[in-house]
Amino acid sequence: MAELKPHERMKIKRHDMPNQDQLVRRGNYEEVALGYSEETARTEAERCLQCKDPKCVQGCPVGVMIPQFIKALREGDMVKAVEWMKVKNNLPAICGRVCPQEVQCEGSCILGKKGEAVAIGRLERFVGDYELSHRSCPLVKAPATGKKIAVVGSGPAGITCAVDTAREGHQVTMFESLHGPGGVLIYGIPEFRLPKAVVHGEISYAVDCLGIDLKTDHVIGRSFTLNELLEEYDAVFLGTGAGLPSFMRIPGINLNGVMSANEFLTRVNLMKAYQFPDYDTPVRIGRKVAVVGAGNVAMDAVRCSQRLLALQAAQTGEAPGEAHIVYRRSKDEVPARQEEVHHAEEEGVIFNFLTNPVEIIGDETRRVTGLKCVKMELGEPDASGRRKPVEIKGSEFVMEMDTVIMALGTNPNPIVFVDADGLERTKYGTAVADTERGRTKKKRVWAGGDVVTGAATVISAMGAGKRAAADINAFLKGEADWE
Amino acid sequence: MYRILSKEVLSDVVKLMDIEAPHVARRAAAGQFIIVRIDEFGERIPLTIADFDRDRGTITIIFQELGKSTIQLGKMNAGDSVASFAGPLGHPTEIENFGTVICMGGGVGIAPIYPIARALKQAGNKVISIIGARNKSLLFWEEKMRAVSDELIICTDDGSHGRKALVTEPLKEILDNKDQKIAKVWAIGPAIMMKFVTLATKPYEVPTIVSLNTIMIDGTGMCGGCRVLLEDGAQFVCVDGPEFNGHKVDWDNLLSRLSFYKDEEKKAVEHYDHKCRLENAVAKGEK
Ligand SMILES: Cc1cc2nc3c(=O)[nH]c(=O)nc-3n(C[C@H](O)[C@H](O)[C@H](O)COP(=O)(O)OP(=O)(O)OC[C@H]3O[C@@H](n4cnc5c(N)ncnc54)[C@H](O)[C@@H]3O)c2cc1C
Ligand code: FES
Repeated sequence: MAELKPHERMKIKRHDMPNQDQLVRRGNYEEVALGYSEETARTEAERCLQCKDPKCVQGCPVGVMIPQFIKALREGDMVKAVEWMKVKNNLPAICGRVCPQEVQCEGSCILGKKGEAVAIGRLERFVGDYELSHRSCPLVKAPATGKKIAVVGSGPAGITCAVDTAREGHQVTMFESLHGPGGVLIYGIPEFRLPKAVVHGEISYAVDCLGIDLKTDHVIGRSFTLNELLEEYDAVFLGTGAGLPSFMRIPGINLNGVMSANEFLTRVNLMKAYQFPDYDTPVRIGRKVAVVGAGNVAMDAVRCSQRLLALQAAQTGEAPGEAHIVYRRSKDEVPARQEEVHHAEEEGVIFNFLTNPVEIIGDETRRVTGLKCVKMELGEPDASGRRKPVEIKGSEFVMEMDTVIMALGTNPNPIVFVDADGLERTKYGTAVADTERGRTKKKRVWAGGDVVTGAATVISAMGAGKRAAADINAFLKGEADWE
Repeated sequence: MYRILSKEVLSDVVKLMDIEAPHVARRAAAGQFIIVRIDEFGERIPLTIADFDRDRGTITIIFQELGKSTIQLGKMNAGDSVASFAGPLGHPTEIENFGTVICMGGGVGIAPIYPIARALKQAGNKVISIIGARNKSLLFWEEKMRAVSDELIICTDDGSHGRKALVTEPLKEILDNKDQKIAKVWAIGPAIMMKFVTLATKPYEVPTIVSLNTIMIDGTGMCGGCRVLLEDGAQFVCVDGPEFNGHKVDWDNLLSRLSFYKDEEKKAVEHYDHKCRLENAVAKGEK
C-alpha cells in the first residue's frame, strides 16, 4: 500500500473481530474470537498515526513498543514486528487475548478521543499468533553462569521471570504445585477465551529453548520450604498468585451447590469437567445458576455455566437453564473487560444489577434451592470513587436457583510463607515487595504478580516478573547490592 | 511420572502401593496426605499417607476400590506410573507424650492410623488401638498395628475375626474404666464411624481428633471445595486440616457434602466398566 496521509488513515474504520456465531458458541468451548486475517491486520495497522509522543505506550503497564510493531506489521515485516513486540512482552498471543485494552493502550489512543482507537490488542494477538506458528524470533540462552534460580509458581509472573533469567545463562528451576504450568491462564481463564494450546505452546517453547527445569506437583511450603530453597539457590522469585477464594458471610454458604468461582473454573477448565465422563472430574450445576460478582472471574464463570447448560440441554432435549450474574452495583461499575460483558450478553446471560445476596436458601437435603437478594440503589461515591450501593429497605425477593457461584475476589495463598521468616506481608496477606525491582524484605527473595498486588491482571504480573528478572540478573552479576 | 515400586493386595478391594516420590517423602509426616492423578484424564484424589521412607524416597498409600479412579489405580501394577503425585499436604499430627491414648482405624482408615500410632508410641504414650472392618477380609496390618500398640482390639461387624462389635463398643468400655484416664482419641475411617466415635467420647470429654476425607480438587487451599463446617465457622480441610477436633465438626453437613456427587461417581464407574469391556473385546477380537 502506498504511504497514506493522516486524514486518509483516519478514514479507515476500526475492524471488527470475527467471532464464532453467538448461538452456536453457547454450546461449545471453542474460542469465540477468531482473530484477524493478515489482510485485516495490515489494514487495521494502517490506522495508526505513529504519534511522536505515543500515549498508547504510556497506557501499557509494561510499555510495549506499540508504534514500532504496528509499523513493521503494516510494512509486512512480521519478523521485525515480533522482534519489537518481544522487547517488552514475552507472551503477546496471551496478552492480546486477555488484556483489558480499553483501559490501557487503546484507552489512551488519540484516535479514541473522537472516534475509535486502533485495535492494538487484536494486532498484538495477530503478531503473537504469527510467532507461535513461525517461531521466527528464537529464544537464545547466554553461556552458563553457574548460578541457580528458583521460580515458585508458573503463572504469567513466574514464566516471565524464568524466561528472562534463563536467557542470561542462569540455571532456572520453576516449581508449580498443580500438575501443569500456567497458573490462572490454565485453571481459571476458559478455553473459549484463551485456548490452552496457546498457553502450552508458549510455555513448552520457553522451557525447551532455555532448558528451564519445570517441576510440577511441588508445593513450596510443603515439599520444600522457602528457607530450604535459599540453601540451594542463589535467588528465589515468588510468583504464587492470589488463589485463595473468599466466601460471603451470609446464611446458607455451606449448602451443597454453593461453590467458589475457583472451584467451578478449576473443575471446568483444568480438570475438563465439561467432557465428563471422558475426563473423571464432574461438575453439577442443575438448571439455574447465579454467579455473584461482575469481574473477569464472574464473567468466565457465568459463560462456562451457560455453555454447560446448553450442553446438558442438548443431551436431555429439555430447554436450556438460566445463567445469571448477580451484582450489587450498576452496569457502569462492572470491572470485567468490556468484550467479555458484551459476549456474555450475546450468549444470553441474564444480568441482575443493583442486587445483593443476603441469604442462600436450601431444602431438607441441604441443597441450594434459591438465592434471597435485596435491591440496591446508588448513593454517594465511596473511597474508590464509585457510587456506593445502598440497600432499599423491604425489597427482599427470592430467585430460584440450583447453584450459587461466588466470584468475590481472592487473596494470596499462605502455604508458601511457611518457614519464610523475615518475609513481610501486609494485612491482606500480600507479600511486601518494591515495585521497581520486586525485592521483598527477605534477602535474595523477589516477588511479583498477584502475590504482591492482590488479584490484578496478566500484563501487570508479567511486568513484575520482568522487572524482578532484571534485578536478579544485575544482583547475580554483582552489579547491584542487596542493601 | 511417578513409578509404582511395589503393590500388595490386602484384600479383594484394598490395595497397597509404594510410590517413588522423593519430593513428597522428604518432609512427609504422620497425618498428612497426598494428591494423586492417574493420567491425563484423571481426577485429583486425596489419599492419607500410610507410611513413608525418606531414604528410599517412597510413600505408601492404601486405598479401597470405591470409585472409578481407585478401581483404575487398583488395576495398575509395580512398574506402572501415575501422572501426578503432590504433597505432603495438610498439617502433620501433633505428637507428644499425652499419657494413654486410643488410636482407632475403621476399614481403610487402618492405614493412616498406623503411622500416627507408631509416632505416638515412639513419643512414649501408652497406645491402645482399636481396628475394625465389616468382615475379616477387609482387615489388614493387624501385626503392624500390634507392634506399635500396647493393646490391640479387633472388631468385625459380622464376627468373622476378633470381636463381633462396632469399634465404639470397646471404646466405651475403656472410657468407662475409671482406673485408666484416656488423654486423647484419634479416629480415622468412614465419616459415619468418625461421627459415632465423637458422639461416644463427647460425654467423657475426651479430646477426639478425626482426619477428614472431604471431596478435594487442588488440595492446596485454592478452591474451597473441601470446606467443612465447624462450630466456629467453615475451614478448608486441605490446609487447615486434615485433622480436626471431632467434637466441633458438623457431621450432617459433612455427610451431605460427601454425597453431592454420588450420581456422577456411579456414572463414572459405569462409563469406565463399559470402556474396559470394549477394550477387552477388541483385544480378544484381534487375537
Ligand atoms: C477466572 C479469571 C479470569 C481472569 N481474566 C483476566 C483477564 O481477562 N485479563 C487479565 O489481564 N487478567 C485476568 N485475570 C487475572 C490474571 O489471571 C492474574 O492477575 C494473573 O494470572 C496473575 O499472575 P501470577 O503469575 O501472579 O499468578 P497466577 O496466575 O495465579 O499463578 C500462580 C501460580 O503459582 C502456583 N502456586 C501457588 N502457590 C504455590 C506454592 N506454594 N508452590 C508452588 N506453586 C504455587 C499456582 O498453582 C499458580 O499456578 C483473571 C483471573 C481469573 C482467576
Ligand atoms: S481442596 Fe481445594 S481448597 Fe481444599
